[in-house]
Amino acid sequence: MSNWLEKHLPKIVLGPSLFAIILFVYGFIAWTAWISFTKSRLMPKYDIVGFIQYSRLFDSPRWEVAIDNLFIFGFLFILISMFLGLLIAIFLDQKIRVEGALRTIYLYPMALSLIVTGTAWKWILNPGLGLESVVKSWGFTDFTFDWVINPDFAIYTVVIAGVWQASGFVMALFLAGLRSVDQEIIKAAQVDGVPTFKIYTAIIIPSMAPIFLSAFIVLAHLAIKSFDLVIALTGGGPGYATDLPATYMYTMAFSRGDIGQAASSAIIMMLVVFAVVVPYLYSELRNKNDQ
Amino acid sequence: MFKKIAVAVIATSITFAVSTSYAGPKAEVLHWWTSGGEAKSVAVLQKEFSENGGSWTDMPVAGGGGDAAMTALRARVLSGNAPAAVQLKGPSIQEWYEEGALADISAVAKKNNWSKVLPVSIAGHMKCEGKWCAAPVNVHRIDWIWANASVLSSNGFGMPKTWDEFNATARALQAKGIIPLAHGGQAWQDATVFEAVALGIGGANFFHDAFVKLDKKALQSDTMVKVFDQMRIMRGFVDKNFSGRDWNLATAMVMNGEAAFQIMGDWAKGEFLAAGKVPGKDFLCASTPGEGFLYNVDSFAMFKVKGSERQDGQKLLAKLIVGKNFQKVFNLNKGSIPARTDVSLNEFDHCAHVSAADMNASSVGGTLLPSYAHGMALRGAQAGAITDTVTAHFNSKMSSKDAVAMLVKAIDNSK
Repeated sequence: MSNWLEKHLPKIVLGPSLFAIILFVYGFIAWTAWISFTKSRLMPKYDIVGFIQYSRLFDSPRWEVAIDNLFIFGFLFILISMFLGLLIAIFLDQKIRVEGALRTIYLYPMALSLIVTGTAWKWILNPGLGLESVVKSWGFTDFTFDWVINPDFAIYTVVIAGVWQASGFVMALFLAGLRSVDQEIIKAAQVDGVPTFKIYTAIIIPSMAPIFLSAFIVLAHLAIKSFDLVIALTGGGPGYATDLPATYMYTMAFSRGDIGQAASSAIIMMLVVFAVVVPYLYSELRNKNDQ
Repeated sequence: MFKKIAVAVIATSITFAVSTSYAGPKAEVLHWWTSGGEAKSVAVLQKEFSENGGSWTDMPVAGGGGDAAMTALRARVLSGNAPAAVQLKGPSIQEWYEEGALADISAVAKKNNWSKVLPVSIAGHMKCEGKWCAAPVNVHRIDWIWANASVLSSNGFGMPKTWDEFNATARALQAKGIIPLAHGGQAWQDATVFEAVALGIGGANFFHDAFVKLDKKALQSDTMVKVFDQMRIMRGFVDKNFSGRDWNLATAMVMNGEAAFQIMGDWAKGEFLAAGKVPGKDFLCASTPGEGFLYNVDSFAMFKVKGSERQDGQKLLAKLIVGKNFQKVFNLNKGSIPARTDVSLNEFDHCAHVSAADMNASSVGGTLLPSYAHGMALRGAQAGAITDTVTAHFNSKMSSKDAVAMLVKAIDNSK
């Protein structure tokens, strides 16, 4: 009995969670895919009618805005967060005083909920309450900073808030990476008289390639599924200028009773996530097989 | 061992089944009236229901303007256990009927003479293929314009009677540093202003063709271009910080004299009254320029339920909802007017009298129209398509012609 238990315990322990994942993750992905091929409106229907929902989706100007925003937001959010994160990490790595305290300060935004970040930035960016009115009250009466109410620039305010939230976390990732670089190599380079800047660009940063990849994956999926930040910061507005695929899906499913449309947009979002994650998994698995 | 347990389970369940004999009418009610005044209004119904021997199960689901409640409702209907009455309105009642989920309460309606006491067009919303399936609670008017009385009188203006007059007044006030139009940049508020403008400029027939029938000719007409032109002018009358502002903050701007006008349904009156302002003295109410009356009727749809207790509870509830007493007390609390036309309005204020008189007149004249922006005229997807266009136009530099083209395309795509 105890032998049997010992042998099968891992399976017994893992079984329920495996079952739950198969049902609640993959099962419902399949269900959503099915619904996306039907004419479901208020309630799910199960007669497959083909690609109607997808053609409606790609005809919708609002979805076009949402996808464009995803690429603008995703690209800038990932790029700026990584750049700022790396820069702060390198500065903190200069054996400065009170590094622990500074590190905590930079990491702290990550501890906030995105709703808090969004609401705070909504007030900071509001031209009548925040930055613009403060600078104006200092005497610079021509100063304008009204991106949050300008449909062409509103998406960049989401980038600002997102970067503020995430770059501290990226900094922590990079700092760990910097610390794990072999100190012997760096000392050898210093003895050879290589300038510090060159040590970073030629030795340290290239040896941190895996950290870049992890940071990219974390940020990319944050970008694709962002929802609460937009809801709190702009509510998708002005108009629907800052809609993202996730907010589009929510509107269709829960406000407009258009489940088929919501399902098709969810499937497209999933494909975008796959496009990012699959190459990563592929490279990871291949590396393991090589070893 | 297992057999014994199974027998015990079956035995107890049988005893339970037998012991649930008739215990009086029961009703479970799903609604999202959870804020102060609204919750008070529901409590009135709850009290009346229990006074008539019923037991009420409250199922309030707050959040997202009813979105959360609708999600809960879907789950309940899918699991075959729908609540007896659900706060629903407009075409979504018929949409649920098509899913086969609604009950027939024609017997109650006939006994209580509903077809006599309700305006014809409002009664139409309560019927599913000729059978009564919902009970109306109140009538909110959408096409109201609210104004700060002292701002207008001290500058020598009255309430505008035409849109040109409105534009002239607004420009003059703007020159004096007063914000002409208090507005919140949320899609539904843009849509609220838009439908008031569309009714005012196009008239009742145009509104009916465009936003009830979705007639292509009306949607593409020059009148629609003019409506968007007026929206572009209105955009110039709002202040810079309007983006994302809640409607009650816009009302507060009118209250404290920062802004002159607000176009909003009569729930705005509740805000004025709650701040101790007096209608006619501190603030003015009038219908927006033009003919007609846009209504937003809250109602309870009756879902199919099993068992005589629940069915009796549902019938009792339907009777009480349309009853005179509830219609009066509820609407005094909520700021709207009764859906019944034979309720005494003695205790109601001046604005409610205007609203009731206009409703009766427009019901006779055929200009009593459902609000598209508040989900009375169209189904969610189509109304959403129009709102998308309206808010995209209002918040950008899009030309009126482009907006009309986009409107037609968006409605086609939503079908």
